Amino acid sequence: MVGAVCLGLLTAACGSGSGSGSSSGGGTLTAYVYGDGAVKVQEAAVAEFNKTSKVKVKLVEIPGDSYQNKLNAVMSSPNAPDLLYNWGGGSIKPFVDAGELLDLTPYLTQDSSFKSSFLPSVLAAGAIDGKNYGIPMRGMQPVVLFYNKTLFTQNGLQAPTTWAALQTAITTLKAKNITPVALGGADAWTEQMWLEELLDRIAGPSVFQKIAGGDSSAWGDPAVLKAAQTAKQLIDDGAFGKTFTATSYTNNAAPTLLGTGKAAMQLMGTWDYSNQLANHKEFATKDEGWVNFPTVDGGTGDAADVVGNPTNYWSVNAHTKNKDAAVAFLKAMATADYANKLVANGDVPATTSAKDLLSSSPNPAFAQFQYDMVQKAPSFQLSWDQALPAKQATQMTTEIGKLFAGQVSPEQFVTDMKALK
Amino acid sequence: MSSQAEARPASKDGGPGRAPAGAQGSDARDDAPQGRVRRSVAARVGRPSPGWAVPGVLFFAVFAVAPMVYAVYLSFCGSWGGLGTPHFSGLSNWTRLFQDSDVRQATVITIVLTVLSWAFQTPVALLLGVWAAGREKNRAVLSAVFFIPLVLSTTAIALLFKAILDPNFGLATTIGPWLGFPDGNIIGSSNGALIAVAFVGGWQFIPFHTLIYQGGARQIPEVLYQAASIDGCGRWRQFFHITLPQLRHTITTSSVLIIVGSLTSFETVFLLTQGGPGTSSTTLSYGMYREAFQGFDFGYASALGTALVVVSTLLSLLMVKFSGFGSMRSTREGM
Repeated sequence: MVGAVCLGLLTAACGSGSGSGSSSGGGTLTAYVYGDGAVKVQEAAVAEFNKTSKVKVKLVEIPGDSYQNKLNAVMSSPNAPDLLYNWGGGSIKPFVDAGELLDLTPYLTQDSSFKSSFLPSVLAAGAIDGKNYGIPMRGMQPVVLFYNKTLFTQNGLQAPTTWAALQTAITTLKAKNITPVALGGADAWTEQMWLEELLDRIAGPSVFQKIAGGDSSAWGDPAVLKAAQTAKQLIDDGAFGKTFTATSYTNNAAPTLLGTGKAAMQLMGTWDYSNQLANHKEFATKDEGWVNFPTVDGGTGDAADVVGNPTNYWSVNAHTKNKDAAVAFLKAMATADYANKLVANGDVPATTSAKDLLSSSPNPAFAQFQYDMVQKAPSFQLSWDQALPAKQATQMTTEIGKLFAGQVSPEQFVTDMKALK
Repeated sequence: MSSQAEARPASKDGGPGRAPAGAQGSDARDDAPQGRVRRSVAARVGRPSPGWAVPGVLFFAVFAVAPMVYAVYLSFCGSWGGLGTPHFSGLSNWTRLFQDSDVRQATVITIVLTVLSWAFQTPVALLLGVWAAGREKNRAVLSAVFFIPLVLSTTAIALLFKAILDPNFGLATTIGPWLGFPDGNIIGSSNGALIAVAFVGGWQFIPFHTLIYQGGARQIPEVLYQAASIDGCGRWRQFFHITLPQLRHTITTSSVLIIVGSLTSFETVFLLTQGGPGTSSTTLSYGMYREAFQGFDFGYASALGTALVVVSTLLSLLMVKFSGFGSMRSTREGM
C-alpha cells in the first residue's frame, strides 16, 4: 500500500447504502471510485458518457484509506457496484476467486482497436491468471531511479545506468560524506522497491509471477536469495547511509535528503517528481535526472522491465444488469479525449494515443521519459505488496523490513518467505 | 456493609449462643430497633439502588463486553478477512499463535517494554510525587509545570518526539552521540527504538503517576513524621520507614496501571517507530493492528487480542493478590 495505511474501520462499510445496486439495475451503473484529487477526470468522463448513453453511470466517490475495506464489505452484498476502481492484483484476486468479476478478455479480443489502445504491459498487469479483469483508467506510476545530475558531474560520475556505474557512484559519494542513496526504510515498501528491481534484473519477471500465482515455494528460487544478498551487500557497503532504518518516506524525510543534496539518488515511484517540484523546485528543474534501474552483473532479466504501480483499473461486476453499457463506458477510457484529460491533470496515461499528447503535460520531459520507459517495457511488475493478497503482503513487508534492519540473514529471509501462507 | 453493621452489636454482647435464655430474648428485643435504625441509615448514606448502575452497565456491555465476546468468537473463525460472514472453524488461529515466532518475539518485546516502563516511571514518579506533596509555593508551581505532558494528546507527544529523534533533521544528530548512538540513529536501532518508546511513554505518563503519589503522600499523617523526628530519624530514614511503607498501596495502584498500560501500548509504537526497525519494537498490540488492518486477517488478530486481554487481566489480578492490595488492610499503622 504505497504510503497509504488502511486505517478504515469495518463499520465504515455499513450504512450509506448509496449504491443503486446491480439487482435494481434499471438504467444506472454504480461506479465506485477512490475519491482523491484525480477523481475530477473520472467525473468529467462520466458526465460526457451520460450525455449520450441511456444507461447512466452514477459515480460514488469513496475518500481516503477505507476504500478497500468498503469494497470488501460491499462486494458480497446486494449493493455491490457495477463498476469498481481497483489496483489490480491482490486488490481484486479475492473477488475473481469468488466469481464476482466479469472476464473482459472476450471484449478485448473482439475489438482489436480497443485492446491495442492500451500499452500491453499495463493491460497485462491488470490481468489475473492470463485473463483481463481491469481496464486502465488513471496515470502510470512506474519506479524510477532519480539522481542528482549536478552532484554526479561534480564528482566525475556517470549516470547510474549500469551496475558498475552505480557501484562507483556509491564508493565515491560515500567517501565525500554524501549519502549515496536516500532510502525511507522506516516504510518497508521503499525497501521492497529495491528487491523488486533486483529480482527482476537477476532473473526476469517469471519468479515473482509464480509467487503471485500462489506458489510460495517460488521464494526458494536462487534468484530471490541472490537479490536479498545483493540488497544486504548494498546496505553493508553503506549505499543507504547509516540512518535509513529511521528515515521515513511518508514524512518527506527521504525526498528531502535527495532534494537538498544530502543524498544523491533515490529509487522511487514517479509521483516523487511532483513532490520534488513542490518542495525543492530548484533541484527538480535543474539538477534532477532519472533512469530506469540498472542491469545487475550476471543477471538474465531485461533491463527494460519496469516495476511499480502500472495504473488503476476499472473492473466490472459479473452480475451487472447492464453489461453492454458498462463495456461502452470502459471503451471511453481508450479515447484520446480521456487521455487528454489525464495529461492535463499531470498524469501519464497508459493509452497508445497518449504519446502525442504529452507535449502539453505540465512536465513534458519527465512525462515523455516515463511514457517511453513503460511503452518499451516487456514486463511491468505490479508492486509486490499489491500483487499479493493483503495478508501475505503484510507478512512479506514485515520480513523485508527485518532483512533491511539486519534482523534476518538473506538465507533466513528466503526460509521465512517460503513459509508465507 | 449493612449485614456487618447488623451483626456487630449482637456479637459485642458475647453472642446470642452464650447468653442465658431470658437475656437472649431481651437482647433480641433491644437489638431489633437498633438494627432497623442502622439499616435505614446505611440505605440512606450507603449504596444507591442497583438501578443507577443500568446506564453504565449497558454502556460497558454494548461497547466493551459485546465486542470482546465477538473477538473471542472471531478468534475461532480461522482467517476471516472481513469478506462475507465468519464461520466457526476450530483452533487454527490458536495453534498458529503458539507457533508464531513473530508473536514470541513480540511477547518478549512487550515484556521488556513493560519492565523498562515500570523501572523508569515508578522511581521518578514516586520521588516527584513525594516532593510535590509538600505545601510550599514553589513546589506547587513546579508541579503544575510537570503536569503539562498530561494534558497533551498521545499523538502530539509521539509526533513531537518523532521530529526530535529524526536522525537526519532532528535533535537526535546532536544528542545521539552523547547517548551512545554515534549516527543519531536512536529510533533506527533495535535497542534504541525500544528505549525511545519507553522514554516517550514515560515522559507522557510520569505526571499522571506523580499525581497519584502526590495524593498518596499527602494522606500520610503528619504525626508519624513528628514522632519519627523526636526519635531522631533523618529525612532518609523517614522516607524509607514511613513514606515508602505508607505508600505501599499507592505503588500497587500505580504499578498495575503502568504494567497494564504498557502491555497494551500501541499509539506510541505506531506513531514513533511503526514497530521498526524491522520488528524490533513490534509489541503485541501493534502486531495485532498489523494483522487486522493491514493484513485484513481479523480472525488471527482477534486471537492475539484475546490472548492479550487474558494475560493483562491475569497479571493485574496476580499483582493485586500478592501485593496485599486485595485484602484492603489499613495502611495507617498506629492510627
